[in-house]
Amino acid sequence: MLRLTAGRLGSLLSRRAMAPLSISNTRMASHGHEVSEQADMSVPLYWDRRDTPLPDRPYQDTLSDADKSLKQKEKGPWNGLSNEEKLALYRIMFKETYAEMKKPSNEWKTVVGGILFFIGITGLVVLWQRIYVYPPPPHTFDEEWEAKQVKRMLDMRVNPVQGFSSKWDYEKGQWK
Amino acid sequence: TQSSAVVETILSCCRPQYHSPLAARCYSHGKQETDEEFDARWITYFSKPDIDAWELRKGMNTLIGYDLVPEPKILDAALRACRRLNDLASAIRILEAVKDKAGPHKEIYPYVVQELRPTLSELGIPTPEELGIDKA
Repeated sequence: MLRLTAGRLGSLLSRRAMAPLSISNTRMASHGHEVSEQADMSVPLYWDRRDTPLPDRPYQDTLSDADKSLKQKEKGPWNGLSNEEKLALYRIMFKETYAEMKKPSNEWKTVVGGILFFIGITGLVVLWQRIYVYPPPPHTFDEEWEAKQVKRMLDMRVNPVQGFSSKWDYEKGQWK
Repeated sequence: TQSSAVVETILSCCRPQYHSPLAARCYSHGKQETDEEFDARWITYFSKPDIDAWELRKGMNTLIGYDLVPEPKILDAALRACRRLNDLASAIRILEAVKDKAGPHKEIYPYVVQELRPTLSELGIPTPEELGIDKA
């Protein structure tokens, strides 16, 4: 966290440079360090939830004069309200409609893309490692050595029933 | 018998409505509440003449929490409660919630709206489709 207080920063930098930081200054002055905003959980909250349709408070708490007169009109017969007025009353009470709440996002594309991207980077790292980090392979992997190894295995009759040597035709001297 | 059902309903009005419904508990013993009793209880709840906004919200939120789509007659009582509270927005919200509760069973919501049509016309409650808020 930042150790410098607002005062020290202000004296170090010019006023203009401080402008983007000025929003946090008011909080820094009282707390001495940055604090993120938290919802006040001690008052009725608003929410948009499919399983809890009616939240503790309306969305719009402070109403304009037009809204207030509309609320007065709401006390009378609703047949006298136009569709626009009914929609306005809904929007005063609620932030998102159910359709807006349930709207799918494209977040999954970002997630899958991110996964593949980092797998790709990992692939590059592994490739670089293979080229620049691995020591030369042991001499037992040379072609000549491996050929001698195969001959020795066949001479020993390794797995002659169903395995290795069973695949070699001893009469013809070739693989079956 | 009929008289005992009437007595049950009257008593359920006087009884404080803070106990959980019988239908939500999986008792192996004890009386299972029938669908009619469940409906009657909820209609009585919303039909309270001086129902307040908190009770409406609590009732609706609880009802939507159950694993069922409420009967049109319960919703009728709830919509009339909204009318008594001068709350059109909540009435529309209730219809949205019912449609959402039906989930993949797309034939339930049109049936409910059809059953509620007289009430909707009488009170002047638009369906979300009529306001165009059924699509994001």
